[in-house]
Amino acid sequence: MDAPTRNDDKARYQRVAYYPGCALEGTGHAYNASTRAVGKALGLALDEVPNWNCCGAMEVKNIDPKVQTYLSSRVMAIAAHQMKADVVMAPCNGCYHNLKKAEYDLEHDATSREVVGTIARKAGHDPYHAGEVETIHVLDWLKHGIGEAGLRERVKHSLKGLKVANYYGCMYTRPRHIFPEKDQGPGSESTSKPHFMDDLLEAAGAENVEFPLKTACCGGAHTLSDSDMSTRLVLNILRAAELAGADVIATECPTCHSGLEMHQVRAETVLGEKTTVKILYFTQLLGIALGVSPRKLGVHENVSDGLAALKAKGIV
Amino acid sequence: MRSLAEIGAKLDAWTPGAESAGAAGALLGLAEDVLECWIVARGDTPTQQTREGFRLLALHRQGAQDAPSFNACRETCREIAYHYNLLDTQAADPQSAQRQRMMALLVRHLALFVEGKIEVDRLGEFCCASRPLRQSPSAST
Repeated sequence: MDAPTRNDDKARYQRVAYYPGCALEGTGHAYNASTRAVGKALGLALDEVPNWNCCGAMEVKNIDPKVQTYLSSRVMAIAAHQMKADVVMAPCNGCYHNLKKAEYDLEHDATSREVVGTIARKAGHDPYHAGEVETIHVLDWLKHGIGEAGLRERVKHSLKGLKVANYYGCMYTRPRHIFPEKDQGPGSESTSKPHFMDDLLEAAGAENVEFPLKTACCGGAHTLSDSDMSTRLVLNILRAAELAGADVIATECPTCHSGLEMHQVRAETVLGEKTTVKILYFTQLLGIALGVSPRKLGVHENVSDGLAALKAKGIV
Repeated sequence: MRSLAEIGAKLDAWTPGAESAGAAGALLGLAEDVLECWIVARGDTPTQQTREGFRLLALHRQGAQDAPSFNACRETCREIAYHYNLLDTQAADPQSAQRQRMMALLVRHLALFVEGKIEVDRLGEFCCASRPLRQSPSAST
């Protein structure tokens, strides 16, 4: 059988199973709204996975990674067995990472297969088997489902003049071994210098700045145990973005986004360090370029006043 | 070896220099000191070897042994090396001062990351390559 091509991806990505995950029902509500709105504007369909559960996030993974593997595999089992889908799209980096990790573990680790099989049978469903679905990120969905050329054709309000620092966070590309499709040459994503978000926003007219902290740690791990450390890490990211000349930091992870927004405020109130760069989900920026109203994209829900930056540039 | 507090104080007091190669060398030295702190804290002796011409990258590799989530600072180290090369080879570039400032922010990020990692090491890893609390070397699968 011939290897799948990007054209195959384009066809398969027109309608995908959608796994929003817990964050997108809470702090990442605007990411959920803007992802759905962009999909609708581009004619891409999302079928939400029914009765989905937590991916195991960080809490379960730290206590028992095999249980986390099961939790993530259950989402994929529903998509594969009930929905008969062959692609699951997860916009949250944590969910995306965990589903990819579960996929890798189930392919390579017999103990994981045994544990998942045991729990799945107790839960009354068939266990998920590696290879039954493909897990993708919203960046893959848009990059391969529409592509830059398709996006350019549909842009109504160019982001011209907007300087963007694209921040991918740490979980989109790490650890590298769970993302076998990345680092595969032209057209594939890079784990050391990811560029899919840069490519899409450039197609929408934005000017991407050189941003060397695009995959650096935002201190999410320390948010509860040592908030000052998180604040200092975020402040450093914000300063680097400003030094690079960015008006806006584009995000593609609800945890990173919340962290950047909250610690930007905290840096000013606790450390007396003010930064002015705005923080928006990349789906909000794409939605604006596609002519979707900022309200439908949840821009008003952001802590950071991105709308002001967009108005100042004459984009909205 | 300088402590993380001493490195932080150096970075606080740091300003771009007219001689960019020298400034880049000083910042690279601070970055190496940061990784030495991590390696010494784990009971190892920092390597004197280099990778791709940089001791910093060899130190990072050493620091990531048995600590996969330490790879979360891999790209930061590579960006520090890249900025060093820019400043070392393009000393007269008009962007020199800005590149020095960016390199200093990169070194600070590395220092903050390592400070945080030292804090949470052995409490269970949170981020990109989880190491569970219950996992002992003998229980490793």
